[in-house]
Amino acid sequence: MRGPLGLVLACVLAMAGPASARTLIINANTSDPAPRAAWEAVVADFRRDNPGVEVKFNLYDHESYKKSIRNWLTGASPDVVFWFAGNRMREFVGRNLLTDVSGLFDDEVRASISRAGIDLVSVEGRQYGVPYSYYQLGLYFRRDLLERAGVKQAPATWADLIETCRALKADGVEPFAIGSKDLWPTAAWFDYINLRSNGHAFHMALTRGEVPYTDTRVRAVFAKWGELLELGCFAKNHASLSWQESQALLYQGRAAMMLIGNYIVANFPSEVRERMDFAPFPAMQHAAGKHEEAPTNSIHIPAAARNKEDARRFLAYVLRADVQERINRALLLLPLNQKAAIADDRFLKKGQALLSNAEALSQFFDRDTNEELATIAMKGFQEFMINPERLDQVLEGIERARKRIYKN
Amino acid sequence: MTGASAPGSSSSISAWWWRHQRTLTPLILLAPACLLFAIFVIIPIGMSLSLSLYDWDGVGPKTWVGFGNFAELFGDPVFFTALKNNLLWLLIYLAAPMLGLLLALFLNQGVRGIRPIRALFLMPFVVSQVVIGLIFAWFLNPEFGLLNPLLAKLGLGPVAPLENERWAILAVIAAGLWPQTAYCMVLYLTGLTGMRPELIESARLDGARDHTLLWHVVLPQLRPVTFIAAMVCVVSALRSFDLVMIMTAGGPYNSTNVLAYYMYEQTFLSLRYGYAAAIAAVLFGLMACCVAFFLWRLLARERG
Repeated sequence: MRGPLGLVLACVLAMAGPASARTLIINANTSDPAPRAAWEAVVADFRRDNPGVEVKFNLYDHESYKKSIRNWLTGASPDVVFWFAGNRMREFVGRNLLTDVSGLFDDEVRASISRAGIDLVSVEGRQYGVPYSYYQLGLYFRRDLLERAGVKQAPATWADLIETCRALKADGVEPFAIGSKDLWPTAAWFDYINLRSNGHAFHMALTRGEVPYTDTRVRAVFAKWGELLELGCFAKNHASLSWQESQALLYQGRAAMMLIGNYIVANFPSEVRERMDFAPFPAMQHAAGKHEEAPTNSIHIPAAARNKEDARRFLAYVLRADVQERINRALLLLPLNQKAAIADDRFLKKGQALLSNAEALSQFFDRDTNEELATIAMKGFQEFMINPERLDQVLEGIERARKRIYKN
Repeated sequence: MTGASAPGSSSSISAWWWRHQRTLTPLILLAPACLLFAIFVIIPIGMSLSLSLYDWDGVGPKTWVGFGNFAELFGDPVFFTALKNNLLWLLIYLAAPMLGLLLALFLNQGVRGIRPIRALFLMPFVVSQVVIGLIFAWFLNPEFGLLNPLLAKLGLGPVAPLENERWAILAVIAAGLWPQTAYCMVLYLTGLTGMRPELIESARLDGARDHTLLWHVVLPQLRPVTFIAAMVCVVSALRSFDLVMIMTAGGPYNSTNVLAYYMYEQTFLSLRYGYAAAIAAVLFGLMACCVAFFLWRLLARERG
């Protein structure tokens, strides 16, 4: 299949014009209106600063991008690709499909990007890409509903969380909204309880497939999760709701909290926006604020790129504080370059305080582990949320898949 | 005859052409169609079948596993859920021709103003499956849908059909049955229009009425339509994908998975191209069996 597809692609690229040494082809997945405008402006400026380079900026929608990138990396390759830091990048590095760009990370750059941020694009101390945006996950909650239930502070510990749930339920409000039809919202719960109970190193070992899912430490995660299920902390019918649908419960005042990423802020209706607040996921055995989840977007140079020189120039450009500032102001995300100012937004400020002090960052379950295992496991998480008594069966199912997938 | 003349080269070609014209002309005329069919159908099927014998993630090298994918498939509970759902789908879809026939008989009346009503019944067939899936999913949504308020009016408790592992698949199939019935209705309406009126007249003269007329005069004439309707229903039941994708994405936890969706999931979510090709091969075999059965019946009837 690779042959013919690669051939078709080569023809398409050839039709786009003969690639001279100074043509820079950038393939991006940022096709939503705001990201698109932001990146087009950045590319336009890069063009102006580099008049000798003919930049071709190709946009694709997320889904088809995900399907095509494998063909690009192995066939006729663009010079710069957009992708995800962490394990998604390491998969390609492991197959020698991305170019080493450690040269870009000089002392000045290292001083402006957090260690945890550089780790996300590193394999054995070498860097293979440039991270440009990330965002925090945590509890987005209705301050007014918590206060009405007599809760003054956002939950800071697990015991607080249980108490908050009890108080909200007594007040007739569902503590948590979640849309498990999309599967991935369940993974945020798994990730955070695991990060907080067992720490980042264990979480990464688990998502790398090195630890069995039947391990007692994994069972401990589900035991904690089960406490919330037993209390009835999650709004019912969650398996019928996508994440977008589930947030309506929050805005209608039927649910008080949601564990989700910062992209939800853009959806707040103006009348509840002032009443919304953010808090990090509560502390458990491992202190809160040290190990966080922060999905990170990045750009890379394929190993087969033709114009690596200008590609490096573009990556260096995207590392700059002013460029990162511009992109992330438009995207309402956080820049990795700490010298870049962030948009005046209280959720982003709390997020930056949380992430820039974090010792270690994970990406998200479905980015950190093998795609296939992620799908199987997240279905299992959903089944567990609906039928907690099937835990053994669920974990054995995931473990069987892990053994098969990570057999090498 | 060879020694009779010594023909020149051009006349020997024309003589050769003259002799074989009757065999060659159809071959030449068929060639473009055969070529396209081979490129776009036969070769891809062959490639897909051969891919089912490999383990491949779309990037790395392909590893030969022989029938390993199939062996795994037959130990995979999700595969059997999907297969079971497909067969259930097929069974329920066979109701579509019957419902379609009833509707067609009902709408095939010379009453004034029947045309707009016919058009209304035709609507679900015109609308895309994706739209139908969305409408049904919203209607059945337990939090925001119309179903629960309606049930509440009747004094019935709230339900959440799409998240119930036992009922969800039936809710999805019900959504599919709606446009499928409309499609069968159109087929039967066309069939009824093409019916020979003199046969019905003479049957009436002979005293046939009601279901005798329907059973012995109308239905036999509609047999080709029934045949097409049943075959289309079987094929669309087996390849059902859009409704599952839109309404449940195979969930809750695989209980509404079907073969086509499972294949998609294995290809694009799990990146197991070889395993997905094995699912495709099973689906292909299943469909080939059904179509072969129908063709065999068709040929048997034409001969008999």
